[in-house]
Amino acid sequence: MARYFDVKRQTGFATIAIVTFVLLYLPIAILVIYAFNEGESLANWEGFSLRWFVAAANNDAVKQAAWRSLVIAAFAATFATIAATMAALATTRTRRYRGLTFKYAMINQPLMVPEIVTAVALLIVFSQVKVWTGYSGLGYLILAHTAFCIPFAYLPVRARLENMDLALESAAADLYATPWKTFRRITLPLLQPGIVAGFMLAFVISLDDVVITEFVKSGGQDTLPTYMLGQLRRVITPEVNAIATLFLALSVLIVTAFFFINRQKA
Amino acid sequence: MPEPLRVNERRVAVEARNISKVFGTGEHALRALDDVSVGIAENEFFTLLGPSGCGKTTLLRLIAGFEFPTSGAILLGGEDIATLPPYKRPVNTVFQSYALFPHLTVAQNVSFGLEMLGKPRGEIEARVAEMLKLMRMEQLANRRTDQISGGQAQRVALARALAPAPKVLLLDEPLSALDYKLRKEMQLELKRMQAETGITFIFVTHDQEEALTMSDRVAVMSAGKILQVGSPRDIYDRPAERFVADFIGETNYLAGTVQGVDGGRAEVLLKTGGRISASYSEGMTPSGEVTLVVRPEHARAVEGAADLSGAVEDIVYFGTDTHIHTRLDDGSAFTVRQQNSRNAVLPFARGDRIGIVVGDDAAQVLRD
Repeated sequence: MARYFDVKRQTGFATIAIVTFVLLYLPIAILVIYAFNEGESLANWEGFSLRWFVAAANNDAVKQAAWRSLVIAAFAATFATIAATMAALATTRTRRYRGLTFKYAMINQPLMVPEIVTAVALLIVFSQVKVWTGYSGLGYLILAHTAFCIPFAYLPVRARLENMDLALESAAADLYATPWKTFRRITLPLLQPGIVAGFMLAFVISLDDVVITEFVKSGGQDTLPTYMLGQLRRVITPEVNAIATLFLALSVLIVTAFFFINRQKA
Repeated sequence: MPEPLRVNERRVAVEARNISKVFGTGEHALRALDDVSVGIAENEFFTLLGPSGCGKTTLLRLIAGFEFPTSGAILLGGEDIATLPPYKRPVNTVFQSYALFPHLTVAQNVSFGLEMLGKPRGEIEARVAEMLKLMRMEQLANRRTDQISGGQAQRVALARALAPAPKVLLLDEPLSALDYKLRKEMQLELKRMQAETGITFIFVTHDQEEALTMSDRVAVMSAGKILQVGSPRDIYDRPAERFVADFIGETNYLAGTVQGVDGGRAEVLLKTGGRISASYSEGMTPSGEVTLVVRPEHARAVEGAADLSGAVEDIVYFGTDTHIHTRLDDGSAFTVRQQNSRNAVLPFARGDRIGIVVGDDAAQVLRD
C-alpha cells in the first residue's frame, strides 16, 4: 500500500516553508530592532536606546495622527458592527430565497472591489459633497472606514448566528418575551462573542488603512499610517520604526484578544 | 354567546375550528392541514399521532403561535387566538430539541417565562423552587445547561414550560431523543405531572405505543386530516379506517357483504365463508361489500371448525405469546396471537387445518 499523500514529505517543502516565514517575519524583526537604534541610521547599529520612542511620544504631529486614527477606528468599527449585525440577522433569520447569495456578495463588496477603485470613487463623490455642504471634518473618513469595515464585522457575527438554534428564539417568544426582549435577553447575549470579535477585526482594519484614507482625507487629517507614509517621503529616521513598533504591538494585542474571544464556545 | 363546547361532559380548553394551513403558493403549495376540527378538553392528556408529514406538528405550531392558519379559528377558552403572536398566548411548549437557553442556568431557564410576565421577585423564586422540586432537580439549580444529562435537560424544558402555569402545555415529540429506558420512565413522569398540575397536555408523537399508554384521547392524523379521535381503547379496538388500523398495532382484514344491520351491529357474510356480527362507528350505515378488522389477540385458534377455517402456515414463539399465521380458505392471511402459559402445548402444527374463533365484539367494519 502506498502511503497517503503527505505534503510535508515532498522535496523542497521545508525550504519553501522556511523562506516563506523568513520573508514574512524578517523585515518586521529588522524594523523592530532598529526602532531601538541609538543612531539615526536604518542600516548601522549604534547601540540600544529608547530615544526614538521618546521622540515619537513628544512629536505633536504623531500624537494627533494617532488620536485621529483611534477616533476614526472607534466610530467606524462601532457603526460597521451595528450595520453588520443587522445585516447578519437579516440574512440568516430567513428562509433561503433567490438572490440571497447575491446579497451576501453585495454586503461583502469591499472584499471584492479593489480598494483603489473605491478610493478614487469616494474622492470624486466626497469632493463634490464638500463643495455642496461646506463640511470637511472627519465625518468623511469615518463614513468611508465604516463602509469597508462592514464585511469584517459581518463574517464573525454571521458565523455565530448560523450555529445558533432557531428554536431558542421560538422558545423565548413562547415564554412571553416580546421580539425586542427576545433579542435583548437571548439573541444578543448569545451573539456577543461574535459581535465583539467583529468589532475588533473592524477596528484593526480601520487603524491599518492607507489607500482609502490617503484619497479621502482633507488637509491636516493624517492618520498614523498616512502620517508615516508622508514621513518616509522625507528624511527617514528610526522614529518611524518606533511608531510602527507601537502600532504592531497594539495590533497584536487586539488580534490576540480577538482570537481568544472567538474561541469561546457557543 | 355560543354554547361552550364540551367533550365527554368536560369543558373544552382548546378548539381548532376548520383549520387549513397551506405552505407556499402556486404549484409548490403544500396543504399541511386540510379543514381540521377538534376539541380538546380541560385537564386532558391529548395526543396527536401520525407519521411524519401528517400535519401533527403544524397543528401544534398553530396552537403555539409559531404559524398562522390559512383559514379557520383556534379557540382558547372560547376566544379566537389564531392571529395572536406566541408571546401573547397562555400556552407553553416543550420543544423537541428542548431549546434550553445555553447562557442561563437551570434556575434562570425555569424563571424566564415568569420574569417576562413581570411577576414579583418573591413569587418567581417560590415558583422556580416548586418546579425544581416537582422535577426532583433542586441540586442542579445553578448548573449550566451543558452540564446536565439528556434526561435532566428534558425535565428542565418541562419545568420551564410549566412554570408560568399555562392553560395548555404543548409537547413536540419530547421523548424522541431519549434512550428506551429513560423514555419509559419519562412517559410515566409526564403522566404524573399532568395529573398533578391539572394542565391540559397536547402531545405530538409518531410512536403508537407512547400514544396508547399515555393519552386520555388520541387523534390519528394522516395527510393533513384527523382520521379518528377517541380513547386509546377506541382507537385500537375500533379503528374507523384502514389507515388507523394499519398504523396502530397489527391487524387482520376480512372481506364480506353486509346482510343486515341491527342495533349498532352488522351481520356480515364473509367471503371466506361463515357469518359474523361486527360493530361499526357512529354515523355510518354499512351496506354492500365491506372490510372488517380483527386484532390478532381478539381471535382464538382451535381444533375443528369455527367462525373461520384455514391452514397453519407458521407458528412463531415470542415468549409472552405465540403468533399463529394462517391462510384462510379465500386465500387471505390471518394471524392469531395467543397468550402462552407454562407447559401448554399447541394441539396443532404447521400444515394442519384449524378453526378460528372470532371473539364477541372483536370485528369492526371499516369506513371506506
